[in-house]
Amino acid sequence: MSILAYNGGAVVAMKGQDCVAIATDKRYGIQAQTVSTNFPKVYQMGPTLFVGLPGLATDTQTVFQRLKFRMNLYELKENRIMRPKTFSAMLSNLLYEKRFGPYFIEPVIAGLDPYDNQPYVCNMDLIGCPNEPEDFVVSGTCSEQLYGMCEALWEPNLKPDELFETISQALVNAADRDAISGWGAIVYIIEKDKITEKHVKTRMD
Amino acid sequence: MASVLVPEVPAPGFSFENCQRNAFLAQKGFPAPKATKTGTTIVGIIYADGVILGADTRATENTVVSDKNCQKIHYLAANMYCCGAGTAADTEMTTQTVASQLELQRLHTGRTVPVETASTLLKRMLFRYQGYIGAALVLGGVDRTGPHIYCIYPHGSVDKLPYATMGSGSLAAMAVFEAGWKPNLSEEEGKKLVRDAIAAGIFNDLGSGSNVDLCVIRNNGPAQYLRTYEEANIKGKKQGSYRYPPGTTAVLKQRVIPLEVESVSIHPVQQPQPMEVEPSHSRR
Repeated sequence: MSILAYNGGAVVAMKGQDCVAIATDKRYGIQAQTVSTNFPKVYQMGPTLFVGLPGLATDTQTVFQRLKFRMNLYELKENRIMRPKTFSAMLSNLLYEKRFGPYFIEPVIAGLDPYDNQPYVCNMDLIGCPNEPEDFVVSGTCSEQLYGMCEALWEPNLKPDELFETISQALVNAADRDAISGWGAIVYIIEKDKITEKHVKTRMD
Repeated sequence: MASVLVPEVPAPGFSFENCQRNAFLAQKGFPAPKATKTGTTIVGIIYADGVILGADTRATENTVVSDKNCQKIHYLAANMYCCGAGTAADTEMTTQTVASQLELQRLHTGRTVPVETASTLLKRMLFRYQGYIGAALVLGGVDRTGPHIYCIYPHGSVDKLPYATMGSGSLAAMAVFEAGWKPNLSEEEGKKLVRDAIAAGIFNDLGSGSNVDLCVIRNNGPAQYLRTYEEANIKGKKQGSYRYPPGTTAVLKQRVIPLEVESVSIHPVQQPQPMEVEPSHSRR
């Protein structure tokens, strides 16, 4: 079994019209044994910037702390907030530094650029190879199911409420076909004037 | 001593601090997962007036296509570009590192850096890591000695060729070159040949796919990066919409975080004032 599937979990992010969404499941387990149902893998890194770190839970937390440290230093030095693209480059470098002894996470980044409000989504492999598509990114133990759901459901120029339904149904239905993801989900809809955090009802089995 | 005010300068280069843990996990039956590969077709040719590089745009993780439109032709300097095959992160990071070294070299010498320099930097870096940096590269560029194509292998060996192919689709692409390449091709003939070689990879190699990217670097004049030169597989239009009506998803609780604008300040852009070049007469 892959160490990336030791704790389970899934994250997905999508672009909409002047908005982005990122969603995570809440399960934390040790292989088949569920330990907690309140372990979201998505963190807020800036006013309109979120990062999801699914994979090995110990590395989720370590990488989050290291990212926060580097980001705080950047923002103190530069006296301005970080753009999503800069954040990706920083995370990519952090992961590639560990090329020969990697962290077992596959990150997802979603955000609105604070300077021109452009939607941005990105995912990476565990050694920091960035992928910045025009539609959606997926990661985690049910990434193949998520690819299928997103390819079918996603369409361009979704409004924030439409984007919420699309991303929620994509995540919920993908996680239902994965025994080690699910047990609740959180969806963040990021717009330029507000962030909506919604806790979605899912199967609890 | 490191502190908040004087942070420790991080050591440059790779960090091996997770290696012991990861080796332990591998011994317990959890081997390290595979990174994204670009099972790829990348090519380069010399034509009458410079070089043309070509690449497909598919990235894979095992059999899953992880990126349908990735960039495999990387910028090195104004007069050279580099196509990468192999481990995607390795090709990306290796070319970025060398691009920065080349720019420093250019500023230091005040000259256009020769392509040979880039080839040397890349092969030294790859040889130093004994093939563990899995980057297979096709380097192309022009300098005062003319056009050059180099093939650089992950272990650090180099071929200097008039036409080269790399990646999993290299056999399909090389078949096209062996049949069609001749010295002094025109630009149109050259682009057609490179397109055909990449298309051969896209259609005959499962690791290559999606679109054709080209980059034309002429002996005089700027490089022309033709991103998505041809879309080999145009996606059909979706017949039905699978949109869920609003309210389908059950929401347990919701929180709205408003992003309020605390203050707006507008700084008018001032006209640049001319530099004072004569001593002021008002003061003695």
